[in-house]
Amino acid sequence: MKIPIIYNIRSLLRRPVSSAMTMLGVALVVGVFIAMLALANGFKMALIRTGSPDNVVVLRKGADSELSSGISRDNAAIISALPQVARDAGGRPLASPEVFVPMNLDAAGGGDRLVVARGVNVVAFQVRHSVRIVEGRTFTPGRDEVIIGTSIAPLLAHGAVGDTIHFAGRGWLVAGHFSSGGSAFESEIWGENEQLMPALRGQVFQVVVLRLADPARFDEARRALENDPRFQVDAHRESEFYASQSLILRQILNFLAVFITGIMAIGAVFGAVNTMYAAVASRTDEIAVLLTLGFPPRSVLASFLGEAAFLALAGGLLGCLVALPINGIVTTTTNWSSFSQLAFQFMVTPAILVRGVIFALVMGVLGGYFPARRAARIPVVQAIR
Amino acid sequence: MKFFPLVWANLMRHKRRTFLTTASVTLALFLFASLRSVITTLEAGAQVGSESRMIVQSAKAIVFFLPMSYRERLAAVPGVQAVTWADWFGGVYQDPKNFFASFAAEPESYLDMYKSDFTLPDDQRAAFIKERTACIVGQHLLDKFGWRLGQDVTLKGTIFQGDWTFTVRGVYHATNKAFSEDALMFHYDMLYERYPRFVEPGWYVIQLKDPSLASQVAAAVDSMFKNSSDPTKTGTERAFNASFATMWGNVSFLMNSIGMAVVFAILLVAANSMMLSARERISEVGVLKTVGFQDRLLFALVMAEAGMIALGGAVVGLGVAKVLYPVVGFTAMGFLPGFDVTPGTLALGVGIAVLLALASGLVPAVSAARLSAVQALRHLE
Repeated sequence: MKIPIIYNIRSLLRRPVSSAMTMLGVALVVGVFIAMLALANGFKMALIRTGSPDNVVVLRKGADSELSSGISRDNAAIISALPQVARDAGGRPLASPEVFVPMNLDAAGGGDRLVVARGVNVVAFQVRHSVRIVEGRTFTPGRDEVIIGTSIAPLLAHGAVGDTIHFAGRGWLVAGHFSSGGSAFESEIWGENEQLMPALRGQVFQVVVLRLADPARFDEARRALENDPRFQVDAHRESEFYASQSLILRQILNFLAVFITGIMAIGAVFGAVNTMYAAVASRTDEIAVLLTLGFPPRSVLASFLGEAAFLALAGGLLGCLVALPINGIVTTTTNWSSFSQLAFQFMVTPAILVRGVIFALVMGVLGGYFPARRAARIPVVQAIR
Repeated sequence: MKFFPLVWANLMRHKRRTFLTTASVTLALFLFASLRSVITTLEAGAQVGSESRMIVQSAKAIVFFLPMSYRERLAAVPGVQAVTWADWFGGVYQDPKNFFASFAAEPESYLDMYKSDFTLPDDQRAAFIKERTACIVGQHLLDKFGWRLGQDVTLKGTIFQGDWTFTVRGVYHATNKAFSEDALMFHYDMLYERYPRFVEPGWYVIQLKDPSLASQVAAAVDSMFKNSSDPTKTGTERAFNASFATMWGNVSFLMNSIGMAVVFAILLVAANSMMLSARERISEVGVLKTVGFQDRLLFALVMAEAGMIALGGAVVGLGVAKVLYPVVGFTAMGFLPGFDVTPGTLALGVGIAVLLALASGLVPAVSAARLSAVQALRHLE
């Protein structure tokens, strides 16, 4: 025999201040929990989306980032001619030797920002096929023109299409803006290799990116590259490479997420325990009446546990609502492996919301169990007297 | 003071509730102290740089070298007392996860330049300078990897290919709290030897004769190289460090606001419990009034109870944070050297506790004081 749920709802409404404050407490905790997960998720997605599993990143042996790598023009040509590399309709290998340099650029509103300038060739747009021009056009080979990622463009002085941006001792016409599905490329400036290379680091590329004809033959391509006696390189699957680039910051974010949410969850559980114990204490005679009427202790336990869970669930849902507006907010931080700015979005996904609600329920059940057990064990005769 | 036993008895009536509420306050203030210390440590890091030292780096970006010839030209600039230079090495010890700073510098002039920031025994200094393959490391780094003096340490180059073996000839102690002890330094010559056509100084450090000359010297240096192929960007060391602190971007701000939301949530929960206790005892207030307790005294008693919980929790939470971090040597993998809870943070934490006591105690205290004895007694159902 179950105690009707309406009993619990009416009980909650009879002490509106206390119920509302407990709920608000849970809501804030869940809101923060969701915000932390959304932050870590957005950061991870920005870097993971950057890489494709079909691509191979070739760096100088031992280099742990594009920044510290270097590959000569001759070697880049040899690497591009690898038989495992896909080719376009005209028979050109889909290989993109790239220059990669973080530059000091004037920021909108004063100061400066470190932004990655990446030199690419025309094939790069087929190798990195998430890149799309969203405003203006692409750069013209042979001219001093660049395109800027949509995340970083508004943060730069002279970043608008048609403006001239100054770096490496020259002015560059901003021909267009590009997006790439939220990846780290959106925080970069792209221009033509042959223009950027002499202006930046001399006759050396930092990285060669290859599109594989068959992604399953990655290991084969890797062996061929790493065992080639003409040069010393490391080959990485692109998706894995960019995910590994975020390791340090991800570790810090994860540590903070566990640390902060752990502490606040304990605090919230304490609060729920207090509220429920008080609820049980003030309703001792009611509970005794219920028990006298013939409701078994099991039902009383279930009823109070349900009440705590309901309170927490309402708090959890409120927390989701509070946290939703942060979705899409753009924030920036430094990607420590390239010492450059990386813009990324808070990403609230349905999975994260579900985790928030489950988190709230766990807090409610943990906080409600002992008070509910106390309620179920109330000695009837004493209480009713 | 004679009413202390009464307040204490009230607190002890619901031992569990008092404990849980105090523990919530403790957690909230521990978290507050921890998160605020991240911010204060970053700020302190931005402040430590000397005003009398300047960093000269490539105006293009930090990854570009500056010509060796700049050394003499910088030394000749009026107001410059000494010049040294260094290169970021970025080596990895065994596993890429073992992240720490490693750099090559011209030993004698570099050690002289920074002699006020760390201590290095004279014999170790001499041994390091004499031996081309020697290195010095910070005490913290030495302890972290269990290295010994005289041991050979092999780093894998990330920018400069290959394995590099250095002999640990010196261990320095930072005298300036924010100067990192998670660093390894070796001879610039060793780097240059392996890459003679490639390596040049990554940045120069200049010592000013007088800190007031900073802007003058910066302008002189930058205009001297403005039209060369390697223009420079010169700023005080403090400004240079501050720019690193701002590189964290909004993340530290976000952490801070998230932390504050958490603190607020937990405090809300704690205040709720305290008000709950007070509400339950309305009938007792009636009894006390009947036996002759003054309104003012009742107000004070309720406030004292809230104050004890809030301050008790605050003292424990702040105290644990203050003691714990230095003991475990927390530096967030070297990103936050000298992580410590500042007196300002402690004072703010106590302020929050006082506010909490006021917010949670005021409503029940006022109602206890105002209530007529008859009404309060009627509450007894």
